[in-house]
Amino acid sequence: MAMNYNAKDEVDGGPPCPPGGTAKTRRPDNTAFKQQRLPAWQPILTAGTVLPTFFIIGLIFIPIGIGIFVTSNNIREIEGNVFMYYGLSNFYQNHRRYVKSRDDGQLNGDPSALLNPSKECEPYRRNEDKPIAPCGAIANSMFNDTLELFQVGNASDLTPIPLKKKGIAWWTDKNVKFRNPPGTDPLEERFKGTTKPVNWVKPVYMLDSDEDNNGFINEDFIVWMRTAALPTFRKLYRLIERKNDLHPTLPAGRYYLNITYNYPVHSFDGRKRMILSTISWMGGKNPFLGIAYITIGSISFLLGVVLLVINHKYRNSSNTADITI
Amino acid sequence: MTELLQWARYHWQRPIGRTNTDDDERPYSYSSLLACGGKSSQTPRLAGKHRVVVPHLQLFKEEYEKFSGTYVNNRIRTTKYTLLNFVPRNLFEQFHRVANLYFLFLVVLNWVPLVEAFQKEITMLPLVVVLTIIAIKDGLEDYRKYKIDKQINNLVTKVYSRKEKKYVDRCWKDVTVGDFIHLSCNEVIPADMVLLFSTDPDGICHIETSGLDGESNLKQKQVVRRYAEQDSEVDPEKFSSRIECESPNNDLNRFRGFLEHSNKERVGLSKENLLLRGCTIRNTEAVMGIVVYAGHETKAMLNNSGPRYKRSKLERRANTDVLWCVLLLVVMCLTGALGHGIWLSRYENIPFFNIPEPDGHSLSPVLAGFYMFWTMIILLQVLIPISLYVSIEIVKLGQVYFIQSDVDFYNEKMGSTVQCRALNITEDLGQIQYLFSDKTGTLTENKMVFRRCSVAGFDYCHEENAKRLESYQEAASEDEDSADTPSGSLSNMAKPRALSCRTVHSRPLGSISSNHLTGSCFALESREGASEVPHSRQAAFSSPIETDVVPDTRLLDKFSQITPLLFTPTDETIPDPPLETLYIIDFFIALAICNTVVVSAPNQPRQKVGLSSLRGIPIKSLEEIKNLFQRLSVRRSSSPSLASGKEPSGVPNAFVSRLSLFNRMKPASPVEEEISQTSESLQGSDDSACPTEIEKQNSDAGIANGKVEALPGQPLTSSLCYEAESPDEAALVYAARAYQCTLQSRTPEQVVVDFAALGPLTFQLLHILPFDSVRKRMSVVVRHPLSNQVVVYTKGADSAIMELLSVASPDGPGLEKQQMMIREKTQKHLDDYAKRGLRTLCIAKRVMSDTEYAEWLRNHFLAETSIDNREELLLESAMRLENKLTLLGATGIEDRLQEGVPEAIEALHKAGIKIWMLTGDKQETAVNIAYACKLLEPNDKLFVLNTESKNACEMLMDTILKELQKNPASPEQASLSASLHQPPPTLQGSGLRAALIITGKTLEFALQESLQKQFLELTARCQAVVCCRATPLQKSEVVKLVRSHLRVMTLAIGDGANDVSMIQVADIGIGISGQEGMQAVMASDFAVSQFRHLSKLLLVHGHWCYTRLSNMILYFFYKNVAYVNLLFWYQFFCGFSGTSMTDYWVLIFFNLLFTSAPPVIYGVLEKDVSAETLMQLPELYRSGQRSEAYLPLTFWITLLDAFYQSLVCFFVPYYTYQGSDIDIFTFGNPLNTAALFVILLHLVIESKSLTWIHMLVIAGSILCYFCFALAFGAMCVTCNPPSNPYWIMQEHMADPVFYLVCVLTTCVALLPRFIYRVLQGSLFPSPILRAKHLDRLPAEERIEALKKWRGTGQMDQLTSKYADHSAVESERIPIYDPSAVFAVMSATACAVEKGNLPVCETALDSDFSETKASGMAGPSKD
Repeated sequence: MAMNYNAKDEVDGGPPCPPGGTAKTRRPDNTAFKQQRLPAWQPILTAGTVLPTFFIIGLIFIPIGIGIFVTSNNIREIEGNVFMYYGLSNFYQNHRRYVKSRDDGQLNGDPSALLNPSKECEPYRRNEDKPIAPCGAIANSMFNDTLELFQVGNASDLTPIPLKKKGIAWWTDKNVKFRNPPGTDPLEERFKGTTKPVNWVKPVYMLDSDEDNNGFINEDFIVWMRTAALPTFRKLYRLIERKNDLHPTLPAGRYYLNITYNYPVHSFDGRKRMILSTISWMGGKNPFLGIAYITIGSISFLLGVVLLVINHKYRNSSNTADITI
Repeated sequence: MTELLQWARYHWQRPIGRTNTDDDERPYSYSSLLACGGKSSQTPRLAGKHRVVVPHLQLFKEEYEKFSGTYVNNRIRTTKYTLLNFVPRNLFEQFHRVANLYFLFLVVLNWVPLVEAFQKEITMLPLVVVLTIIAIKDGLEDYRKYKIDKQINNLVTKVYSRKEKKYVDRCWKDVTVGDFIHLSCNEVIPADMVLLFSTDPDGICHIETSGLDGESNLKQKQVVRRYAEQDSEVDPEKFSSRIECESPNNDLNRFRGFLEHSNKERVGLSKENLLLRGCTIRNTEAVMGIVVYAGHETKAMLNNSGPRYKRSKLERRANTDVLWCVLLLVVMCLTGALGHGIWLSRYENIPFFNIPEPDGHSLSPVLAGFYMFWTMIILLQVLIPISLYVSIEIVKLGQVYFIQSDVDFYNEKMGSTVQCRALNITEDLGQIQYLFSDKTGTLTENKMVFRRCSVAGFDYCHEENAKRLESYQEAASEDEDSADTPSGSLSNMAKPRALSCRTVHSRPLGSISSNHLTGSCFALESREGASEVPHSRQAAFSSPIETDVVPDTRLLDKFSQITPLLFTPTDETIPDPPLETLYIIDFFIALAICNTVVVSAPNQPRQKVGLSSLRGIPIKSLEEIKNLFQRLSVRRSSSPSLASGKEPSGVPNAFVSRLSLFNRMKPASPVEEEISQTSESLQGSDDSACPTEIEKQNSDAGIANGKVEALPGQPLTSSLCYEAESPDEAALVYAARAYQCTLQSRTPEQVVVDFAALGPLTFQLLHILPFDSVRKRMSVVVRHPLSNQVVVYTKGADSAIMELLSVASPDGPGLEKQQMMIREKTQKHLDDYAKRGLRTLCIAKRVMSDTEYAEWLRNHFLAETSIDNREELLLESAMRLENKLTLLGATGIEDRLQEGVPEAIEALHKAGIKIWMLTGDKQETAVNIAYACKLLEPNDKLFVLNTESKNACEMLMDTILKELQKNPASPEQASLSASLHQPPPTLQGSGLRAALIITGKTLEFALQESLQKQFLELTARCQAVVCCRATPLQKSEVVKLVRSHLRVMTLAIGDGANDVSMIQVADIGIGISGQEGMQAVMASDFAVSQFRHLSKLLLVHGHWCYTRLSNMILYFFYKNVAYVNLLFWYQFFCGFSGTSMTDYWVLIFFNLLFTSAPPVIYGVLEKDVSAETLMQLPELYRSGQRSEAYLPLTFWITLLDAFYQSLVCFFVPYYTYQGSDIDIFTFGNPLNTAALFVILLHLVIESKSLTWIHMLVIAGSILCYFCFALAFGAMCVTCNPPSNPYWIMQEHMADPVFYLVCVLTTCVALLPRFIYRVLQGSLFPSPILRAKHLDRLPAEERIEALKKWRGTGQMDQLTSKYADHSAVESERIPIYDPSAVFAVMSATACAVEKGNLPVCETALDSDFSETKASGMAGPSKD
């Protein structure tokens, strides 16, 4: 009987309650958890308690900031490997539909995707009834200016500076993410049945003569495919390797930059740049981070002082604040 | 009376009915009786909507199929879903929520190619997850219900089978309307059925309804009249009646219908005949009935409304803020749309990166902007927190769990703890501003102790009893056994020791022989009964303190004058004194019988002696019955009966003469009675087949017992157990027992009272008019065995009775004068009682002539059998009976305050809660209790509103208001309009407190439209309001008025059925699971066992729940805005094209996984101040009342902070990576990571206490994020285009700049809030923060600090009150517990009175009570 009552009560939604019915005691457990008496850390934020935090932050941030700042400023000196970038401004590589306009499967060498690219590539998916390889707007708009750097010698003779094409893309991109269609045939055979992107001059398998830098795994292509986050961006173009430790990679002197102009930027009011830079442990030159750290460190230190004053003034009241106010 | 009639008719018809001569008997049928009453013989017709029930038998096969086919069977299904319809139905229900619809809309939107922002399928994920979580929750709940249903449906009961011609076992679910069901003791009733047979010779059946309403006392049900006297089971095959009754409804206290026999004769059915599903048969061997409502149409199921759903204030507030978020979203999307349009229009040609449509054209900027608007909505949808609602639900479940597991709410005695019946308004507990409380049973224990009485104008103060109670209270710590001792030792002081009530306890009918007679079936039963009955009794009376009454010596002296001689014919020669004695006798008889108390023995079920013998020798032949009947009637006519009484025997009315023929009157004189009894018992032993005989035998046993036990010096253990519906009744019966007027047994037909000097008296019970709140009284109509008159005993509220007293006494002007005197004196005594906080009841009687009675009875029958307006007719009928009453006396019953009530009220007052006491009691009682429970303070200014007209009421209110304005109690209370939207202002300065007392009648005027505003303004200025004499409806109206006009949070607490409407109207209804059943609990949102638990429930749990939930909701808004804005800021750098720099999986999981658990944990476990401090400083509750944790301003500040943090989160990485070769998703990664740290650490800053659970969850969240990012980065090579996360996290983890950016971002983003909290903590700490400091202090310092805290609050009226607490204490004592002083004085008075003449006594008595009264009035009125 009692069971039935319980059952009915549960149907009611309320716990059972007949005083005489069930014999089980319903006394709740007296545990710290159930009685909400778990030991707890109770931070009390007053000037006194947080004072050290501010000083510590200040003491840590300022040196870090200075370190970063110095490192960043040292980047100018062209020592070690020099990276050659091209920069574009006002180029919205991060436009939503532009970003989507690619087929990662195709780029990964998936044979089916090669011949039947993703719909995301529209309207750069097919041309003249052939699938475009690589499809999509990103590939179609690939930067195709050629930059050459020469050192102007004493007699105005131009010594071409060796620019390394390889090693500019992420290792994982080059080796994992981007793959040519499988097979042992020559690349041209493997890309059979596809056509080049509309704006391209050459098909994808003719990007480079080096088999290891051709087709989808061409590093210029890979770098371009990693769409920039902001409308003004730079992309790594070439590497100038250091020859030996004794001389700077690019010694002071006159240099000559030869640009084969292919890429139109007027339509979007864009600008092109060429940047030469070395890289420190913290990337390219950017004073922001260092300055920011120094600033925040200083502010924190200052706040620490302010709080010290406050704490000194209100010390008596903060411990016994409960009484006076 | 009706039963008698039925009984008589039955015995008429039975012998003949068997021979199928129905037609001859028609004139005697019930309807013809009605016809000869002179009223219209129109029997009430049932409309078509009424239900017709015919037995499931061959005889009615066609009709059965016609009717019963349409009724549901007894299978119940409380589940919402089936396997098939679960998915569609659950989805349908879930999409009733606007939020879900909104998200569905977003999902659909994403399928529109032009605006799609993400991959189509992915967008569905959050919605799917949320829907799944809720669906799983619903499914599990439903499955649990399904299992329970199955279990119940498969319970087995005995149903009559047509084929096998016997009762067979069948599952509950197979029971249908029209089935005959046979139930044994302790079986549960499977469906609502009309009781046709009970093994009880009186045709009653006891049921326990605790499964239905939680009331543990047994209720009597009666067999349908015609069948009442049947001695064998009704044979279903022979059952030829049909039942018409009302359509199924959920009113447990109503059942109307009639049973129509094959001869068209109708018998009215009432709730007394209906056995309700879910109740248990008790103390009755077996019953049989016919099912009228089955399954979901039973009253129990119709009452099963399930958990209640209310929307809390906080949630309402959150909903408006969700709307603000929607607005914000629209603004942001418009910005995006506009931006995109402008951005596009800058370009003359189509740039590379703007992909043309498939047809080669480009969209116009305007159109593109329009599409972008919708894309943005999809992109920024997270701004509307989809997980908020799910999280709120989870958090509330957690809060409810913790409230229910609080060990402080556990009540050892009842084994019950707090119940949260409404799951979603926990946080409202922290915002209560007005508290409406019932008095009886809520503030008081509802354990009634008889304290004083006044009979025939003499006050009997029962000082011994008072002393005993005092000493008991002092010795409260002693255990139960020793609790008996003080009463024993005290009773030594009472001179006639032998008369101490404990010697009077007598044994019930169940003598040794009865035990012997009852079969093995009862042996089992009694064992069960032994374990259960004492328990339920314990619930009603926790100690002997309530049941033992020490008689007043003065009254006992007068008892000694009572002799049977008083009723002998010579009594007329004795002059005046006997009148008083007669009054005393009548008074105590009224106490003993004017009630509905059921007598039972604790160790065995109340059981008729002759049952088994009855079953052993079933009546078989018609001849036997005839013989029996003849013998009976012969004896009747030979004994002096009604016909030979005072009434002239030649009454022409055939009805009365028949009545006299068949009623089972006791002989007039006790001597004669005894003789006849003996002879009857002799006869009875000869032939025990007749139930009437057994009756006699029973009373014989009663006499024997009574005589044995009445012998002095032979103490017997208390073994009579009274089960009363209300504790008042029980208290009165116990009081009567103390004066040797012991209620021995009660059946529907007779009451046996063992009266000291008169021996056992058997009152023939003619009628009971039960108590109701409209009449405020109850009556019994009995035939007095000694005077042989029809006597009406009425017991009720003094206001109700005083109006009904007869002005002219039939016995002459002398008596009339005396009556007037008695009346005046009694009124004085009543006032005195009320001032002491005693509950008063008046006892009155009326002697009726048989003609009068017969006349009344006829009309009453008519009322009883009408179906449509039975209530009004019954009320009218009662009015006709209860008038021209003669006042006998009055009683004063003490209802002691519950433990801890004054402390709880004081704490709640300090917490700024305005407390109203709404009670049905009279003004004096209410005011006194209000003082006792500290609702009113001795130096409060009392304003009493007690007027008879609306105009007077208005004027009085005006005057009071003016006076209050003259004494500017508080400058804050400038006007009502100010207080409308403000929480109750705190009284400051002068410390003057005002309190308002208003009576029910005046309340009626005050609640009228024109006076409402004035009334509310008046009450707003009063610290406490006491409404006395309020009806249940008024209670709910008051709550409704305050709630809707002042727009405050209200809480109503009560324990009885009369509080239900109030409980339902208030924002939070709290039921006290106490003495008066479970109706209040059933209607409530929370149920506690004692009033004092309210303080912890509100001050601690309410405060916690409110702060927790409001902070969590704010946090949710903050979290979503802060995170989504990262996406928004990015739009400024991607041409407002709707690009997300974050992988969408991360985006989704960020909300669903990485940041969902910590706020939930925070919402459940956050503890800003410890429970101890919250209890010690109730003032802290005020922050919740003012909604300080979640003000509109707080919301906007939170949003502002969210904007700031998102700006920092975006622009620190932005400037760091500006101009570099970073790609979109690599750029997004530090943004996300920093945002995660910022959002989680923000929670840490906001948390006031962090346990290991917090730490674990936060660390887990961070770990989870990194694991996910790393795993995703390692495995997802080409998946999830275009956002290719491959190796991004790995790259970043190896890059120091990533860490530097994250650290910097986190620090800069959190700095302002951190600084703000620090400054707040040290410069302008809120009371909550200050209290938190206290928590950290060591114990001793803490006590010091608490003292200082309270001390400095001197300005505060609350604390000033506290300061002169001790000063007040001494002053208050006489009011608080006047009996101490009073007892001594009255003792001397009593001593003086001894042996004095009655006149002198009266003078002294009244004089004394007057001085006492003025003394009382002094301190309380000032």
